Amino acid sequence: MTTVLRRLRSELFPTRGDGLLSIALLSLLALAGVGFLRWAFFQAQWLVIRANATLFAVGRYPAEQQWRLWLLVGLLAAATGLSWGVLRSHPRRDRTGRLWPRNDRVAVAVLVLAGLWGPWALGLPLHLQARWWGLLALLLLIRWLAGRHGRRLGPRGLRLVALIWPVLYLSGMVLISGGLGLVAVPPSEWGGLLLTLVEASFAILLCFPLGVLLALGRRSDLPLLRWGSVVYIEFIRGAPLITLLFLGQNILGFLLPGGLAPDRVWRAAWVLTFFAAAYLAEAVRAGLAAVPRGQFEAARSLGLSYPQALGKVVLPQAMRVALPAMVGQFISLLQDTTLLSLIGLMELLGTARTVMANPAFLGKNAEVYLTLAVLFWCCCAALGLGSRALERRLDPQTIPSAS
Amino acid sequence: MGPEKQPVAGDVTPWWRDRRVLPWVVQGVVGLLVLLLIAFLLGNLVRNLTAAGLLLSWRWLNQPAGFDISETLLPFDAGMPYWRGLAAGLVNTVRAVLTGLVGATALGTLAGMASFSRNGLLRGIARVYVEVIRNIPLLLQLVFWYFVVFLALPNGAAAIQLPGLVLAKSGLYLAGFGEGLRWTVPHLVNGVWQAPLRLSVEFGALLTGLIIYSAAFIAEVVRGGIAAVPKGQWEAASSLGFGWLATLRWIVLPQALRVIVPGLNTQYISLAKNSSLAVAVGYTDLYSVAETTLNQTGRAVEVYLILLGVYLGLDLLISLVMNGVNQLVQIRER
Repeated sequence: MTTVLRRLRSELFPTRGDGLLSIALLSLLALAGVGFLRWAFFQAQWLVIRANATLFAVGRYPAEQQWRLWLLVGLLAAATGLSWGVLRSHPRRDRTGRLWPRNDRVAVAVLVLAGLWGPWALGLPLHLQARWWGLLALLLLIRWLAGRHGRRLGPRGLRLVALIWPVLYLSGMVLISGGLGLVAVPPSEWGGLLLTLVEASFAILLCFPLGVLLALGRRSDLPLLRWGSVVYIEFIRGAPLITLLFLGQNILGFLLPGGLAPDRVWRAAWVLTFFAAAYLAEAVRAGLAAVPRGQFEAARSLGLSYPQALGKVVLPQAMRVALPAMVGQFISLLQDTTLLSLIGLMELLGTARTVMANPAFLGKNAEVYLTLAVLFWCCCAALGLGSRALERRLDPQTIPSAS
Repeated sequence: MGPEKQPVAGDVTPWWRDRRVLPWVVQGVVGLLVLLLIAFLLGNLVRNLTAAGLLLSWRWLNQPAGFDISETLLPFDAGMPYWRGLAAGLVNTVRAVLTGLVGATALGTLAGMASFSRNGLLRGIARVYVEVIRNIPLLLQLVFWYFVVFLALPNGAAAIQLPGLVLAKSGLYLAGFGEGLRWTVPHLVNGVWQAPLRLSVEFGALLTGLIIYSAAFIAEVVRGGIAAVPKGQWEAASSLGFGWLATLRWIVLPQALRVIVPGLNTQYISLAKNSSLAVAVGYTDLYSVAETTLNQTGRAVEVYLILLGVYLGLDLLISLVMNGVNQLVQIRER
């Protein structure tokens, strides 16, 4: 107790001036906090969120096809539980190797709280709430099972587990858009969080290889490749995204022969991809610059071919250095999807605009924007946390050497 | 390892493995592909534009615009030509960017310095500020400031009155030198506020959003710069009797600037580009005027050439200035 008090004293009252400042700040914070709580509990009308929960989640996705999205969420939960459990059952040698380290217990607590409170707060009917509980239970059950038995998987099994994700992504796309015997749902009917996630994940996945190629091109000895990459990167980075998005919507139709131009949703996704690739290339380039030239020369003199030396020696090291900057780019890409609302797509912010144009919910800006802000904050903060965890895992100092 | 194959005299490297030939082959192939792609796209463009009767021309710039801009430094009305409207939009953009730069630098530097304060609460607030703001999309913040904060301001006598500043729904009123160079504070005349300087709420919302968002990134740049200064510098300064603020001002910040300035350059450029989101809060900047122009004339290609050129030029200008500043703050060794 005394240590806490002493700590508080040294943090808040190191000098008299600081003490006064602390008191002023504390009272300001208290005032703001009380005001906000009073608004949130007594004035705000959260009905606008409850009544439009489906719209915010999936937009105008046809109700009779929504089981496909539930299935996708279920698969996602299962795959998450599996990967998580397997990851924990194969601890690094110098880790404690516990199945449920502290971070995991915190994560489970957060998941359980969010899974119980979210559906209840949204006022979902009981059978939908129960569906979320089921998904949560599925995730935790598979996490538990995989944690217990994951050790039996050999290297080939591990590779299979990793392979789940690309397969899941492709099948998810099929589930969302239809085809292969499923009724087609055109992109114009996707919306809300679904559209945001589709656009962001598509752009993140595709901008990655493009960005790496551009970074390699920019560092290449071949003048044509180098200058081509430089021009592309600087051209894209010089223009605001919104102008490029409008370019995509208005000029792409002129650039491609009639009928070949993709749907508006996919046009935007491609523009996002090409935009993000230029920024990602700069992040990767910084990573490449951090790898000593001797690494490449040593790899070459060991008899590795050019692509082998790049892919097996230089790029892995460069990626580790570039990881924080790359995740930073992914986070801003996720945030940039809000700009799609300016070109009339119904992603989260676009959906919010249509909801607030509804006379029944006129003037409920604060509630809607605050909810979106919390949603985006959680997604971005989670990405940031994941990136830091990955950084620690890839840190060479925690990877045991071959000896 | 099997027996090595000895090179035999007369063994000629085939051309597809020749280090002198290979680069040119690769470049030739890539260049040809890019050229083909560009030719294909340009061919389509010309064909489609000809069909639509919109082949590249700049004469429409001199036609009367027919739209009004609510808030301009450069006088403009609907009878003036398009180029004049675009110029007025550009002036508005530059105005937002310049004031944004100053505000964001000030706030960001303060927040970056605060994260090295002795006061734990201040440090915590600075960190929370950065973490909250950076993880919320700028566009969301802008519409929040505009629709939730600025459009909800009261009007008339109920307006929020601060010393030298009045916030009302009809605009933001600042004290300044009025007629006859007399210091004038905002005052009510028949229920309408009067002041030497009035900003629209659109501009206010854009500026607030831009400054608060960019300052969070600048705070990180400043924090990184200060953290890069060796701890011994703090200790040496404090043993010479420097206080916290004096140490920062005279010892640490001058050294940190070398790391900070290049980072600021990036942040300034993204602030300039982000100012194009003004269109979401109804502030008529260059992009907003260009959009209206495009909707009226259908001149997509020309309008975009102008937009891209102007924004590239702005970025280049900022880079040039910041490179100059960078040379100023580098250590001069003999």
